[in-house]
Amino acid sequence: MPADILPDDVLPDNQAGPAEATLWLIAVRDHRDRAAFLRLFDHFGPRLKAMLIRGGLRDGSAEDVVQDVMLAVWHKAAQFDPHRAGASAWIYRIARNRRIDLARRKPAPEPDPLAEPEGSEPDAAQILALGQEAALLRRALGAMAPDQARVLEQAYFEDLPHSRISEMTGLPLGTIKSRIRLGLERLRRELKDLRQP
Amino acid sequence: MTAITHHISDDLLDAYVTGNLAQAFSVVVAAHLSLCDACRARAGAAEMLGGALLERVAPAAMSSGAKDRLLAALDDTPPPAPVARSGIFPAPVMQALGGQPPKWRMLGGGIRQQILSADSDGALRLLYIPPGRAVPEHSHGGLELTLVLQGSFSDSEGRFGVGDVETAGDETDHQPVAGAGCPCICLAATDAPLRFRAMLPRLLQPLFRI
Ligand SMILES: [Zn+2]
Ligand SMILES: [Zn+2]
Repeated sequence: MPADILPDDVLPDNQAGPAEATLWLIAVRDHRDRAAFLRLFDHFGPRLKAMLIRGGLRDGSAEDVVQDVMLAVWHKAAQFDPHRAGASAWIYRIARNRRIDLARRKPAPEPDPLAEPEGSEPDAAQILALGQEAALLRRALGAMAPDQARVLEQAYFEDLPHSRISEMTGLPLGTIKSRIRLGLERLRRELKDLRQP
Repeated sequence: MTAITHHISDDLLDAYVTGNLAQAFSVVVAAHLSLCDACRARAGAAEMLGGALLERVAPAAMSSGAKDRLLAALDDTPPPAPVARSGIFPAPVMQALGGQPPKWRMLGGGIRQQILSADSDGALRLLYIPPGRAVPEHSHGGLELTLVLQGSFSDSEGRFGVGDVETAGDETDHQPVAGAGCPCICLAATDAPLRFRAMLPRLLQPLFRI
């Protein structure tokens, strides 16, 4: 995939470049690119560690889990589909699953993988649109009252009984989330049409 | 196949995405996502929020040896591929089945079940109900999620076909009846024992573990 598919200005408010991270992940997926993988590690390793510490792990075990998560990123990269998720969302999911595996000593249940039709070209517009929605999501999070953002972080990083997670609905992120959902849903319909002409 | 009309509620889906939903219910949600593009897209949007939160967290420095340790492990043998879908059973159900076809146990009245897991957090089972047959009328001490994998059933809450999931709670008192045609096979998760109306099933309950 050409590197210019995700221009940096997708994310004017953050030069650390989540869109760039998606390109690194594509390089790992397509070329087993170790330099790109190390950039992913430099970017996400310390963030994953902070997230796991928030989730109650001690320093040392948090680092062990970061290692597990990054190894899974390396081995599962073939399943990464930038039409459906940015690098951060995909890596968040792997980290969540690893946390579940360890806590429950049972594999985290995951839905059937979605196979893309063979030989289909990457859809730059869809990838770009997803990146733009993700940027809006980050901006909305930044504008949110700190205690609201804390409830979200608690839900996503720590353990929060699901009754309290319902507080998340009605937050200003709802609109953006539903736009992302519509985009993903439309994409799936199109993929289905491709598969069943 | 008819369109899916009964989906996963917002709070259950958020709990699944954030890792806060008990294992038995998570298997039902993952199985529904395998069949339902709309809910998979909703889950995708919720995961994007997880990614956005991960991006903005204040980083915690990794120790100096971490990178070398990781690089040294890259050439290790990758873990085996997870269990794949088989027939009517999506991957998360096959996973719970240990990769084997179900081993049904008779419950009487032609109804069969296989308990996939049962612990203090909840129980997960597959149910096989012959066409036109009813599950004994019952209410719930907690949450019950039932996903149809084959055939259909109907009760006071409506008709449930393949991919539909019924969410029953404290207030639901129902008697699901399998549709005509093929047997109804569903995946059900509960977090508390069911309460049966009639005396007989109540006596049998310890035996069935339902
Ligand atoms: Zn659904
Ligand atoms: Zn019930």
